[in-house]
Amino acid sequence: MNTPTTTLGILDAPAQTRETQLFHSADWFAHLRQQGWQRFQTLPMPTREQEKWRFSDTRTLSLEGYAPAPAPSEADVAKLLQRSQLISHPAGLMVHIDGHCVLEPQLSPELAKQGVIFESLEKAVKHHPALLKQHLLQHPVNLGGDKFQALHQAWLRSGYFLYIPTGVHVAQPFVSVQWTLAENSAVFPHALVIADDRAQGQVLDFHFGAQLDSRALAISCCDVHTGQEAKLERLSVQGWGQQTQSFQVDNTCGGRGAKIVAINAALGARRARLENTVRLEGPEANVNLYGITVATDGQEYDQRTLQIHAAPHTKSDLLFKNALLGKSRTIFSGLIKVEPDAQRTDAYQTNRNLILSPEAEADSLPGLEIEANDVKCSHGATTGQVSPEELFYLQARGIPLKVAQELLTQGFLEEVLSKVSHPEACDLLRTLMQEKFHRS
Amino acid sequence: MAEIDEAQAQRDALAIDRSKGDFKYKEDYAFDAGIGLSPTVIDYIAKVKGEDEWIREFRHKALKIFESLPMPTHWATSDLNNINFQEIRYYLAKSQKPSRTWEEVPDDVKQTFERLGIPEAERKFLAGVEAQFDSEASYSRMKEELEKLGVIFCGPNEGLSQHPEIFRKWFGKVIPAGDNKFAALNSAVFSGGSFIYIPKGVKVAQPLQAYFRINAENFGQFERTLIIADEGSEVTYMEGCTAPKFETATLHSAVVELVALKGAKIQYITVQNWSANVFNLVTKRGIAEENAEVRWIDCNIGSRLTMKYPGVVLRGAGARGEVLSIALANDGQHQDTGAKMIHAAHNTTSNIIAKSISVGNGRSTYRGLVQIPKVFQNCRNNTECDALLINEHSRTDTYPAISVRGQKNSVQHEASVSKVSAEQIFYMMQRGLSEGEAMSLAVNGFVNDLVKEFPMEYSVELKRLIELQMEGSVG
Repeated sequence: MNTPTTTLGILDAPAQTRETQLFHSADWFAHLRQQGWQRFQTLPMPTREQEKWRFSDTRTLSLEGYAPAPAPSEADVAKLLQRSQLISHPAGLMVHIDGHCVLEPQLSPELAKQGVIFESLEKAVKHHPALLKQHLLQHPVNLGGDKFQALHQAWLRSGYFLYIPTGVHVAQPFVSVQWTLAENSAVFPHALVIADDRAQGQVLDFHFGAQLDSRALAISCCDVHTGQEAKLERLSVQGWGQQTQSFQVDNTCGGRGAKIVAINAALGARRARLENTVRLEGPEANVNLYGITVATDGQEYDQRTLQIHAAPHTKSDLLFKNALLGKSRTIFSGLIKVEPDAQRTDAYQTNRNLILSPEAEADSLPGLEIEANDVKCSHGATTGQVSPEELFYLQARGIPLKVAQELLTQGFLEEVLSKVSHPEACDLLRTLMQEKFHRS
Repeated sequence: MAEIDEAQAQRDALAIDRSKGDFKYKEDYAFDAGIGLSPTVIDYIAKVKGEDEWIREFRHKALKIFESLPMPTHWATSDLNNINFQEIRYYLAKSQKPSRTWEEVPDDVKQTFERLGIPEAERKFLAGVEAQFDSEASYSRMKEELEKLGVIFCGPNEGLSQHPEIFRKWFGKVIPAGDNKFAALNSAVFSGGSFIYIPKGVKVAQPLQAYFRINAENFGQFERTLIIADEGSEVTYMEGCTAPKFETATLHSAVVELVALKGAKIQYITVQNWSANVFNLVTKRGIAEENAEVRWIDCNIGSRLTMKYPGVVLRGAGARGEVLSIALANDGQHQDTGAKMIHAAHNTTSNIIAKSISVGNGRSTYRGLVQIPKVFQNCRNNTECDALLINEHSRTDTYPAISVRGQKNSVQHEASVSKVSAEQIFYMMQRGLSEGEAMSLAVNGFVNDLVKEFPMEYSVELKRLIELQMEGSVG
């Protein structure tokens, strides 16, 4: 394990090549990684002057000093597996530590018989090359994170592939937990989810740092494809360590009549950028996007969303709620794009920021680009503080100021929390939010 | 059948053929700075105008800035790249202004004036028949009254040379030459415009209108306006007109600076109706000191591309800023308008209401900026943007940027996009209106609450103008 080359970081070509050779024999996969590496070399680092990075603190962006970590010790594996038991009775549980898969899910024989696939990317590359070739990293990057996505592609290794075949309904959630453990570890979690026609399922993605203040680099991608009339719900919880830099590029495609709910919860990392693109490709596709954030001292959350309506009679609704404490900062930049033929579109976008500290900053860039006329589109953005009347009301009933503030903040966030349909996941998220609130 | 033909004929007659506005005149200008932009042109302008050395330097510095700044196409439309700065004539002395007679004005233009109900005297002025209107008694009467009050109302040249103690202090301070590429261009080659000073406590009852000063080349291509309202004073300024302005020049780049000192109120009203070949790239900003109010009422109907985001810097506690904006983008037009509100003191409030209508393949864009730094408290902003799309290929965009720091401030932004509901149209047609009339009525209803904010004569003209623009857009 301790070969001298492990000191090479993610920016070193030999390390990238060596890892490609070590982990994967499939030529097409090595080629995909190589393409990513070359693209990464040619792309410049983003700057604040670029419209897609407006308001971002690009000066402190740095990819130096991170390296893929070696496999974890057995003791660590045991400890973190224990901590990964977040949901009882999942359809399958997968665990990665520093990009190494330490638990492959065991699907029930029934699901396996129906053709459901839920396995680590490493295995899927070997077992399902046709499906992966077709879908792996095939989405265009729309929101400015090209360079990071290219690096993700160059180091693509860990993650999962979930496939729910036509007409299969899976009631229990598929759970994936990704941990960073080693200091300065670089991880590149990937998720590829395909829900075929009329399939139904739920995915819970958890990203955690083993320690609260883990320093790491995480560049994750999640691609979701849905067939006709498919129903899919995905909750992604970003809870990396407080010294981590996180970049997340999510892409979701909605087929005809598909119903998708995607919830992004942000708790961890020093800086976290989320780029979430939703493309409604089939008529009657319906997507709900939610974001929930508690930002505390020193954190910057940079949220960029794009709702593309490419077919008529589609509906999308977005709600991002941010609570800001300490010297924190959130940027919400959302765009609704209605293409010329997407008549009868309903598209909504709401960003609400609750500033709880005189040091916090909330930036909001809600945008619309409408090229069809028979549409109903609106967006709203508000930034404000807890209403003094409401605080007074609670205080008048003997509730201390701090508790009253917390209660009102919880009430503010509850609107999004209530969209998490899995009760255990919802409770877990609520607890994580409260813990973070109390730590600050 | 006959009725339909008649309606069509009427429509054809009223369809404004902007190419008719391309009046051609003999080019025998004595003071022509020539085509293109260079330090020589700047020297020439400064010399012809007999400007002080510091203004000449200001111009030269601005030219350098203009040359060093890139086109802002990383966020703005790439249509800007179609401007060829070396093909533009930057200065023609006023004595060489083309003069034309009423007979030379094309019939359809006259008809448009007729339809808009513009008074005879104004019509002539608007059509570029200048001499007659100049002697209007109303102008001299007004001038006399203003002088009695101590109001200064002149052009930039006169303002800077005869009243430097008043104007130099603020000239180029609200909008420095380096603010943006087009402000730099204006700073380099400005000529024409209005410099206004309202003394302490003076409340000017009548709106000041640029076209009362037609002698002084007020509708320049690169006009420069500076209005200073001293403590406790009030003034309303009106610029432009509802009738189509026929222009051969393809680039207009104005800079308008407003300064409202303690407790003063400035209201600035613009109706922009350049012909559809014009790039209209304007920088407008006001400073509002303690308890002062700056209000922009902005209506954009003409031009090929307008980029204009009137702003208010709320610099004193209790200051108030407001932008009311109407944009109508027809075929081939892009109205890229919006507002900026920079909160720079406690207890400042701002309000932005923008309504846009896109017709045919027209495109309207709202771009906004609201900034509240953390050191201030009790700042509020309200922004509402509504867009109406008339035809299948009409387009609208909204790009607001809101940056709020600190705990005791609040902003709210709302935008909506919709079309005129089929039910509304059906209801009106049932009562005997044609589809076009119904659509026109619905659109007027959409902007009605903003149009009401315009002075009476403007709002009447504006409504007619919108009707006119809507004709032929349906059916």
